[in-house]
Amino acid sequence: MSKLAITAVNDFVIKFANVNGSGSASANTLFAKSILRMGVPVSPRNIFPSNIQGLPTWYEVRVTEDGYLARRGGCDFMVAMNPQTWDKDVAEIETGGYLFYDSTRQMPQSKFRADINVIGIPLTEIVNAAYTDPRQRQLFKNIIYVGALSALLDVEVAVLEELIAEQYKGKEKLLPPNIAALHMGRDYALQHLDCNIGLKVKRADKVGDRIFVEGNSAAALGAVYGGATVAAWYPITPSSSLAEAFAKHCKKYRTTDDGKARYAIVQAEDELASIGMVIGAAWNGARSFTATSGPGISLMQEFLGLAYFAEIPSVIFDVQRAGPSTGMPTRTQQSDVLSCAYASHGDTKHVLLFPEDPHECFAFGAEAFDLADRLQTPIFVMLDLDIGMNERLCKPFEWDEARRMDRGKVMTAEALEAGKDFGRYLDVDGDGIPYRTYPGTHPTKGSYFTRGTSRDRYARYTEEGDAYVDNMQRLLRKFETAKEIVPKPVITKAAHATRFGVIYYGSTSPAMHEALDLLNDGGLHLDALRVRAFPFADEVLDFIAAHDDLFVVEQNRDAQLRTLIISEGAIDPAVLTPVLHYDGTPITARFIANEISQKLKALHVAPLHAVLSKRVSRENK
Amino acid sequence: MTYLAKPKLHHPNLPLNKLGFTRRYYEGAISTLCAGCGHDSISAAIIQACFELDLPPHRIAKLSGIGCSSKTPTYFLGNSHGFNTVHGRMPSVLTGANLANRELIYLGVSGDGDSASIGLGQFAHVMRRGVNMTYIVENNGVYGLTKGQFSATSDRGSKSKRGAVNTDEAIDLVGLAMQLGATYIARSFSGDKQQLVPLIQGAILHQGAAFIDVISPCVAFNNHEGSTKSYDYVREHNEAVNFLDVIKFRDEITTEYAPGTLQEVEQHDGSVLRLRKLQDGYDPTDRIAAMNHLLESRAKHEISTGLLFVDGDPTDLHAAANTVDIPLNLLDDKALNPGSAALAKLNASLR
Repeated sequence: MSKLAITAVNDFVIKFANVNGSGSASANTLFAKSILRMGVPVSPRNIFPSNIQGLPTWYEVRVTEDGYLARRGGCDFMVAMNPQTWDKDVAEIETGGYLFYDSTRQMPQSKFRADINVIGIPLTEIVNAAYTDPRQRQLFKNIIYVGALSALLDVEVAVLEELIAEQYKGKEKLLPPNIAALHMGRDYALQHLDCNIGLKVKRADKVGDRIFVEGNSAAALGAVYGGATVAAWYPITPSSSLAEAFAKHCKKYRTTDDGKARYAIVQAEDELASIGMVIGAAWNGARSFTATSGPGISLMQEFLGLAYFAEIPSVIFDVQRAGPSTGMPTRTQQSDVLSCAYASHGDTKHVLLFPEDPHECFAFGAEAFDLADRLQTPIFVMLDLDIGMNERLCKPFEWDEARRMDRGKVMTAEALEAGKDFGRYLDVDGDGIPYRTYPGTHPTKGSYFTRGTSRDRYARYTEEGDAYVDNMQRLLRKFETAKEIVPKPVITKAAHATRFGVIYYGSTSPAMHEALDLLNDGGLHLDALRVRAFPFADEVLDFIAAHDDLFVVEQNRDAQLRTLIISEGAIDPAVLTPVLHYDGTPITARFIANEISQKLKALHVAPLHAVLSKRVSRENK
Repeated sequence: MTYLAKPKLHHPNLPLNKLGFTRRYYEGAISTLCAGCGHDSISAAIIQACFELDLPPHRIAKLSGIGCSSKTPTYFLGNSHGFNTVHGRMPSVLTGANLANRELIYLGVSGDGDSASIGLGQFAHVMRRGVNMTYIVENNGVYGLTKGQFSATSDRGSKSKRGAVNTDEAIDLVGLAMQLGATYIARSFSGDKQQLVPLIQGAILHQGAAFIDVISPCVAFNNHEGSTKSYDYVREHNEAVNFLDVIKFRDEITTEYAPGTLQEVEQHDGSVLRLRKLQDGYDPTDRIAAMNHLLESRAKHEISTGLLFVDGDPTDLHAAANTVDIPLNLLDDKALNPGSAALAKLNASLR
């Protein structure tokens, strides 16, 4: 090992550089899970191209006993399996880091770096000797490198064996060859390599009862628990796996004994039809949703205005990616905030929920259906690729057995029969939310005509200005009501009283928490508020009022949430400084901490400990 | 249009149907369309069809898009829920509604702009999915509400009121529906109520995707010399292939028919479509022959009307999705929620 060798236990980043379609994904996941099973938190991320086969793809695993689940940035250990990206991959390794590569073919010295540690293993030679089938050679090569890594990093082989056994449950025939390949790599490393390297995994107890799951699957499960029965969608990255997970969960949980489905899923012809079906089903009393991404939101605009104006409960999962246009379809961003908040022509405002991780994807996924029914309006659940398509360690899913669907204000046949006055757009309770009837409720009462044109309180067509204004004002009252029932923000107080605050949301959460620790270590203290919904609860505006200067951390170019706060909260833009990361990679703590400390420096803020030590030294004089 | 409100009182001896309703009970608000508009005749035909079939109006959902035709659901079945959606997108809303509750009767009303231009995609997909519905296009070949532009069903060579000649090929929705697998396909004329009412009844009783293209002249913008959707032109070129009687339950054939001139198609619900043939050898149960006939008659500038195709054993979207018999919108927490024990088990599998 070089003198520069990085040494770290349970705190490093390992990156796998692979070719898309080479079957590396399951081996890489196996590696990540084995560390989790050793009680050490990991945070993996897929970095993948818009491609099925051939282009480069990376899988980055942050091993973090401290539980920092954001992307760290940098790479300590590179598993370089893709010749196409060799130079870039080698360049990315931190000084003193490690390069693990297939040494079957001699590489010229110029292809390496002097300040890193090189670990060569003749993977191709090993697989060519062991297998004749080219596909097997390819697939087992992946397992073999996992075996070699287990020897180098001290990953317990029994844990890997246990995971492989779980993976091939029911396909036991495949188990022995995979175990054999694992040992082939491990034994080679133990016999031929110096396994005494600086990076090690050591069994710990830091995972607890947390679960490891993708946000898209969690959100889909939330839709199952939320009582959704109709889903309509059009394939679009990164949201397709949400709809597919819903199908999988429904097959498991919503199939009757005689094989019938308590759900209906339509893969529609486009996003317009998807949201149309959702609106039709919701109008007719079924809970329904669609899953899409930015371009789909753009296509749905006209229908979203109808749903807002005609007051149709509906749920839209927007798994955001980098736009505009096709943008970077496999990269993450939080750039649909404004296009969802004000979706459609005319004066509209929509309810948005911002889950931070799969746990909240599930919770908000279910909650969205109650909110939609209670508020009779579209609800947007704003995921992004980072939480949607990566497995993330999070709190286990929770469900209160006593909880029941809250269908909101639905007038029944009995109420109509009893002579209750029914006006579809009549604000009976002063909260802006009227009663609705499902089609087919009563033979002679409660029917009405739903339309996107203006109407009076009894749903009768009118172009009278007064009636129109009356209705638009009621919709505003309804939005005020929404403020009270959407998820409240989460506030994290700094260790010391401070006049600085930071506002963030969604997938920025783990990077923000780590950044707060970094800033705190540097003596910079900020109170933090995580926005979880729009419209903003009073707590958000109170938080802003309670601080002199605030940062709004976002993953988009135009500071979209900041714009929303300024316009909806009538906030002076000068107090909200944007911190923006939008290159398509997930935001890091290093980035946030660096930006905020630079900006604080510009505000002439000295770290608290520096001020204190200066004061102490003065007092001692 | 008329500004006179309809009187609430009616003749005491108006006939009642089996549900005890008069025909008036199936009416809607006063039409605001132009006097003489073909669409009003179609509304009247829908009212009569539902009255005669003894349908409870609240069990019918009427959906439409945007345009003159899409306004008409306000003018019939005032006791049904209605949904005036967005332009060209009624089929998707109807599909979703149908998925939510398979027990209602779905009546989609659209126009040629709504279905053949902006909504052609949704029209095609709702047909190929086999949504159980009655889909009526009130086809006048022109944009009425925006004052007389050609629509996509205007025939090539047809002349607009301002004298412009249409140079684009017409889209034949009947031909598309044939190709895309609709299981009940008819064409009629708003000026022929005798033909239209039983066609609507047959479509409602049909348990699959039923489509009726009704040529419905626009008196304001497309009823002049040189138009191929005028009253005169349609009357001159109308070639009915058959005449339909819809019989809710099979009864004795009392009238004498010449051999080979009567064809019966029994539907799933036990109703019978009894067809009097008007054209030799036309068999509406043969999709390929029907498509050939359509192309031939079109080449001869004839407008084929009647029940053009029917599948007596249709399937629908619910069958494809294998959904439970009970409407999805009636399922309760117990039927939908896997519960906390299942969640605990799932959590355990994610560690």
